[in-house]
Order: sequence, then C-alpha cells, then structure tokens
Amino acid sequence: MIRSLGLLLIVCSWVAAAWAATESYGYPFDDPFVATVVGTPEADRARFDVDVPTKRDSLTIFKDRKVPDFLFYEAKLRYSYALQKKAAPLVFLIAGTGGSYTGGHISAQAKAFYAAGFHVVSLSSPTVPNFIVAASKTSVTGHAVHDAEDLYHVMELIQTKLLKKTEITDYFVTGYSLGGFNAAFVSLVDEQRKVFNFRRVLLINPPVSLYNSMSLLDRMLENIPGGVDNFDAYYNGIVSSFGKVYVRAKRLDLSDDFLYQVYSALHPENEQLAALIGLTFRFSSAHMVFASDLMTDYGYVKPKNLHFTRNTDPGVYRDVVFRLGFTDYFHDYFYPYYKNLDPEIDRHQIVEAMSLTRIEDYLRNADNIYVMHNRNDLILEPGEIDFFPRVFGKRAKIYPTGGHLGNMEYKENVEYMVNVFKSAVTGREL
Amino acid sequence: MTVLIPHVALYILLTPLLLLVAGCSTAPKLQGDTIEEAFFTPEQILGGGVTEIEDEEISDPFEGFNRTMYRFNYYFDKYVFLPAVIGYMKITPDAAQDGIHNFFRNIQDITTLFNSILQLNPEKTLNTTTRLLVNTTIGLLGFIDIANDVPRKDEDFGQTLGYWGVGSGPYLVLPVLGPSSVRDGIGQGVDWYVGYDQPKQRLTNMEAWQETTLDIVRAIDLRAHVRFLYYETNSPFEYEMVRMLWTTKRKLDIKR
Repeated sequence: MIRSLGLLLIVCSWVAAAWAATESYGYPFDDPFVATVVGTPEADRARFDVDVPTKRDSLTIFKDRKVPDFLFYEAKLRYSYALQKKAAPLVFLIAGTGGSYTGGHISAQAKAFYAAGFHVVSLSSPTVPNFIVAASKTSVTGHAVHDAEDLYHVMELIQTKLLKKTEITDYFVTGYSLGGFNAAFVSLVDEQRKVFNFRRVLLINPPVSLYNSMSLLDRMLENIPGGVDNFDAYYNGIVSSFGKVYVRAKRLDLSDDFLYQVYSALHPENEQLAALIGLTFRFSSAHMVFASDLMTDYGYVKPKNLHFTRNTDPGVYRDVVFRLGFTDYFHDYFYPYYKNLDPEIDRHQIVEAMSLTRIEDYLRNADNIYVMHNRNDLILEPGEIDFFPRVFGKRAKIYPTGGHLGNMEYKENVEYMVNVFKSAVTGREL
Repeated sequence: MTVLIPHVALYILLTPLLLLVAGCSTAPKLQGDTIEEAFFTPEQILGGGVTEIEDEEISDPFEGFNRTMYRFNYYFDKYVFLPAVIGYMKITPDAAQDGIHNFFRNIQDITTLFNSILQLNPEKTLNTTTRLLVNTTIGLLGFIDIANDVPRKDEDFGQTLGYWGVGSGPYLVLPVLGPSSVRDGIGQGVDWYVGYDQPKQRLTNMEAWQETTLDIVRAIDLRAHVRFLYYETNSPFEYEMVRMLWTTKRKLDIKR
C-alpha cells in the first residue's frame, strides 16, 4: 500500500513537472526596459532560508604596486567568501560592469549557491576602481584577455588562501553581464594553465561584442529629455532623486539596487528608463576611467603634471569624466594605450578581439560552458542573440523576456543557474 | 560618548584653527608652471565658462579639513569601531542585542520628545510621550518596545533649528560621528547634553566606570545599526556623493 502510494506520488510529480515545463515563462515584465530597471519583484524572487557566513577579506596582488594618493584605500583587492563546514565544490562569482563583490546580484547568487552546498567566492568586476588599482596588471581595463589573466591570477591567490581553511572538491566559475564575458575568457586561460580545471562555466547575459554593447549603452543617454546637452540638468535631477531614494534605502549601492530604488520611488515614463540605464552605466564608466587615468597617468582627463593628493577635490575633472562614455574611452585611451604596447594591432582588430565570436570555436567545443540569456536583452545588437543557440546548442538557455539581467533573481532562473553546476556534481541531468 | 561629545563641540570651535594646523588644501599639486593639456580638457567637454556643476548649493568651505576627517573616520571605523561592533555581536546573544538597541532607542526618544515640543508638533509630542511612558514602565526601561505600534521618527535639535528656518551652514565632517553641518553639529551637542547626559546625571547614580561602559555600549549599538562602510561605494567620488546624500537627507528629514 505504502509502496503504491509512493509510486503514485512519483507519477504525480512527473505529471506536475511536465505540466510546469509546458507552461509559459512566468517572469512578470515583458518590456525589456522595465525588466532591466525593475528587476524581479520581491515576491517572484528565489528564497533561501540560510544564513550565509560571508567573510570579507583583502589581498595584496602586486607587491611593488604604486597606489595613487587619491585612491590610497584601494591598495588591496577586496573580496568575500563563504565556506561550507565540510569539503565542497567552490564557485567563483564575477560581477558585471561597475559591480563590486558586495552588489545585489552577486550577493543573491552567492546565497543561492551557498544554499546548494557550494563554497562561494565573490569577485568585483575588473572595471571597478578597486580592481583597476589593486589587481589589473595594466590598469587599463576592459581588455578581454588581460582582464581574464588578471582575474585568473586573483583566483589563484584566493585559492591558496582558502585551501588552508577548507577542502575544495571541484571548481566552477560564473559571471553576469561583463562578468559572463570575463568568465568565458577565464575558462580559456584555464584551458592552458589548468589550475582549476573548471567542471562547468556559466555565462549569464554576456555581451557578444564588447564594443557593440558599450556603444549601445552609451547611446542610451541620448534618451535624456532634451538630448545629451541637458546632461547636467538631468544628472542633477537624478542625483537629488537618488538622495530621496537613499533616505529610505537600507544600504548604498550604485550598481544594481540603485535602479530599482529610483524606479520604485519615481515611476518614470517608459522612455526615461533608457536614459536611466544609460546613466548607471555612465556612473560605472566614469568611475572606471577616472581610476584608470590616475593609475597610469595617461593624461586622458587629468593633466599629467597635476598630482591628486588624498585631499584633492577632483572638481571639474569629475564633471568631465561623467560626460565621456565607454566609446570615448575605447578610442582615445584604451586603443592608443594598447597600440603603444603592440604597434602591430589596428583599431578594427582590437574591436574584433574583444568579442565572443573571436573564441567561437573554443566555445562550440567546450562542452562544460553554459549560457543563460534573454531574447530581448538590451545590450545586444539585433540578431546577436542568435550567436548563443548557434554556438552553444543545447548548452544555451534563452528566456523570452527579462531584458538585461532583469530576471536574474527570478526563482525559475535561479533554480536553473544552480542546477547547471549542481547537475555536474550529482551526475543528474540538467 | 561622554568623552566624545565635548570633544566634538571643541572641534567645532577649533575648526578654523584645525584647518590651519592640518594644512589641508584640496587643490591638486601642480608640477611645473602651467597645467599640461589632457586629452579631453574641461573647456572642450563642458564648454566655456567652466564651473562645477554638482553640489552647487552645498557649501563646503572646510573641505580640506572635512576630507581629512573623513579619512580619519575610515581608519577609526576600520581599526576601532568595526572590530568593537563585531566583538560585541559575537559575545552578545541576538535577543540581548535587540533589547539593548531598544533601550537606547528609548533614551533617544527623550531627545525626540523635547525637539517635538520645540517644533510645536502635537502629534509627534503625543506619540513620543506615549512611547516613553509605556516603554519605560511596562517595557522595562525600554528593553522591550511594547509601544512599537506608535509611530516613531527621530527628531533632533538640528532639525528643530532647520524647522525654524536656520540654514544648515557649511558641511562638516565630525570626528567619529561623520557627516554633519555646523548647525547640525551644534544640534548634536545640544541633544547629547539635554537628551542624554543630563538625564543620566540627574536620574541615575552611576560610578564613573559604569557611565563609561554605558557610553561605549551606546556608541557600539549606534554603529551596529548604520549600514555604511567607508570606501565601499565603488566610486572615486565617494566624498562628494556622501556629502550630497547627507545634505539631501537632512533637508528631507526636516520636511518630514
């Protein structure tokens, strides 16, 4: 009797699972702009009833590094980790553009993987000032190969530290947005170096071509009411709104929750959302460019013979970097900088090199690399999304909606994300 | 805090002197005679008549001193405050932490009460009186927030001054206490004296070491409930950001 009851239950759950699979995707926002800004409402998020024992730590990456006085506090690379009480597989998480190891998305990921029994290490994006100052070899960030090598180096140092505290059975790496792009190139480095031999790699909403995505994001600021010339008025308006939002916010976070909080407070018109998305990315690019310029003394916006002390007010130079985009950075700093190191390269070549299409063959054959993406992701040019099913085949999971990262914390997405890694450990099918 | 707050008042008085002593210029150091041109110049990007766009209504004449103090606070937080908070959290059971937090919030209500009265606000005065009476008696000196259904909003003397039309004055970063303004700094001194120190002196009969312990636990409890970490905002412009946020927050607080 009990046996047949059990059987009945199993059959029922199969039926239920099959029914659920045919049901349409339940993420609530169809509009990619709303999705990107609002993300996933609290009620639709994945829930985990665990306390993650997150520890913050920092590392000196280069012993002889000269840290600019103005950025004295960025000398060591900060990161966080959470360890299981017993031996377990470890997941490296890489944040997206302008995102730090403490951001909203990455913390949600850490919680999900920790709850599933993984050790987790959260890393800032190579585009944040802390990484640029402490861990980027050239400090001119955004280079697919160099950033991957920098990340790999950091991961090795952290591994050494953690192995003194715990046992690690396997290695995984994932990242979202630019972090996903980074993860692909990190995997490629591992192919040669073989320190981690990643069981699986998961790219979440990565760009295909960095240059295309940067250009798209820069252009979003053209949606400012009255055009880019109105940047100052618009910026001031947003800044004071941000202040109002902050008063009610629990913590200060410029990358992820920032948008959600501003949206909830203001309910801007749909067309303003694009400008808002552009603005958050502008924050990221301004911070990145300024930190990089101070590090290399390239003379991009800060005159070379001006020394910024720990007390210097950046003044007009701050205003200047807020008016410049990723594409300006690329053409007038990034490209000349790397051209100087390798006179052989040309502009077109380097644009091509900063893309997943460049490593297409590798990605096609690496059966441990998976992708999660959205058909209406805003950082992709029309048609670019087709790259993923074409190259990754069954290893690409494409959701119909979600915009850029909007559905990342949606329960169904989180479940799939965790299962990509978990299924490798348990041997069950994904 | 007994030790701290008079120091704060002292600092405010001595600010101009400290400015000289600290010698904190906020100008970048120029090497050579003329500024070399960067690839993008302010003139080119921002157009003629370059002025600073942001924070134009925020007055910060003590910026050099403030930036130095901001940095001091970062170190103080890192090496003194946060380790103390972490240690406190480790050795104190969660329930006790909540009780202690309620206890200090109840004391804070004294400050809110006298400021609500000074702002001639009957609703806030009534709410705060109710909270104080109920929590101090049935709530066992405030350890249990029995009256937590009664709306609570912190009022302080800085807000009271602002309510009566006193401008904030220049932005001021206070040692340990962080962002403030000349008006609010004075307010913090008044609040400490009227709402904390005087009640302590008059209503209790504590030994010096007991007072010090109370002050330290109060400071730790305060810090434990502020969710902010210095230099974790990802922005090289954190000082300006915090200044803008703080100033906006105070303006809104006064309106609320």
